[in-house]
Amino acid sequence: MNINLTIIGQAIAFAIFVMFCMKYVWPPITGALAERKKKIAEGLDAAERAQRDLILAQEKAVENMRESKEQAAAIIEQANKRASQLVDEAKEQARVEADRIKTAAQAEIEQDVNRAKETLRKQVAALVVAGAEKILERSVDQAAHAQLVDKLAAEL
Amino acid sequence: MASGTVTSSEYISHHLTNLTFGSHPEHGLGFAQTAVEAAEMGFWAINVDTMLWSIGLGVLFTWLFSKVAKSVTAGVPGNTQNFVETLIEFVEDNVNSIFHHKNALIAPLALTIFVWIFLMNTMDLIPVDWIPYIAGQMGIHFMKVVPTTDINATMGMALSVFGLILYYSIKMKGLGGFLGELAFQPLGKWMLPFNLFLEIVGLLAKPISLALRLFGNMYAGEMIFILIALLPFWVQWVLSVPWAIFHILVITLQAFIFMVLTIVYMAMAHEEH
Repeated sequence: MNINLTIIGQAIAFAIFVMFCMKYVWPPITGALAERKKKIAEGLDAAERAQRDLILAQEKAVENMRESKEQAAAIIEQANKRASQLVDEAKEQARVEADRIKTAAQAEIEQDVNRAKETLRKQVAALVVAGAEKILERSVDQAAHAQLVDKLAAEL
Repeated sequence: MASGTVTSSEYISHHLTNLTFGSHPEHGLGFAQTAVEAAEMGFWAINVDTMLWSIGLGVLFTWLFSKVAKSVTAGVPGNTQNFVETLIEFVEDNVNSIFHHKNALIAPLALTIFVWIFLMNTMDLIPVDWIPYIAGQMGIHFMKVVPTTDINATMGMALSVFGLILYYSIKMKGLGGFLGELAFQPLGKWMLPFNLFLEIVGLLAKPISLALRLFGNMYAGEMIFILIALLPFWVQWVLSVPWAIFHILVITLQAFIFMVLTIVYMAMAHEEH
């Protein structure tokens, strides 16, 4: 228990160890600790961001699905409308065509009737003239009585 | 206990004597053969065992920590790195909670104090006779393996801390500020001599209390181990095991106290009162 040079030796050793520690031990290890802290913070941050992104993506997907459904419904509705429109158009066209055919047929019929009437009239006129000639037993002046005969034929 | 030829007091004093190398007034340069001779060598002698063990343990500490520091990774740490990081974070927490200035020296200083003193104290847990017996077989007469039971070791560290206290006090406050603090506090300039006396005693008490607290605790602990070793070998464990378990607390606590007080003193040196 004597105070001696050891006291100085110990102080020197102490100083050397502290300086060594200060230079080669403390900075790298605390640096690594700080870096790891940063890394972990970044990792947690990224995880949180990813979760937020996931939620956003899910919302977006739901929204997309809803939009698609709406669109599909709209398309189907439109198609239905178009179909009924086509049917209506076809009906209309058919009706118009039928009318046209009917009109044409009626016109033809009328024409035929008129033609038959005309023919009949002419034949009746001729018949009348022939009949009258036979009744009268003499020739009637065709020219003088044409007006009369025509008038008769028109009345038929 | 070694043999029946030594008395208890011889055994105890043998275990409490350092391996001292120095110049004896009569026998010249050499190792002291007795405790009395060691004392007669005066100041110009050196306790070889203290220096050897303390430097050896210091090298162990710096080797282990610098090995980790070299391969340190911010990724997943290995076992050793984990252990070292735990210690460093523990010290860093303590420093940050006490010391609020910017000084790159304080934290490494605290770490060195804590780990080094802890390692030196831990030597106390090695059964008291083992290493001295091996040394005796090798022809070395004295071998005290716990450097912190040598007042020189604790005083050497405490004086280093004291030097840092003075250095930072003067650096932060200026020589005038530091002396003013000694002279004009706590009672104002009319009580200058009283202030000076009070403050100087307070200042000197810092290193002395640091050194003596550690030394006293470890010396007493060592002494108890030696006394237990005097019992018959088959009952020693009844006392030595509980005492060793208790001592694990003491060695950690003493290292911790030395570290915390150093940080506190450093913080005081940086602050104006």
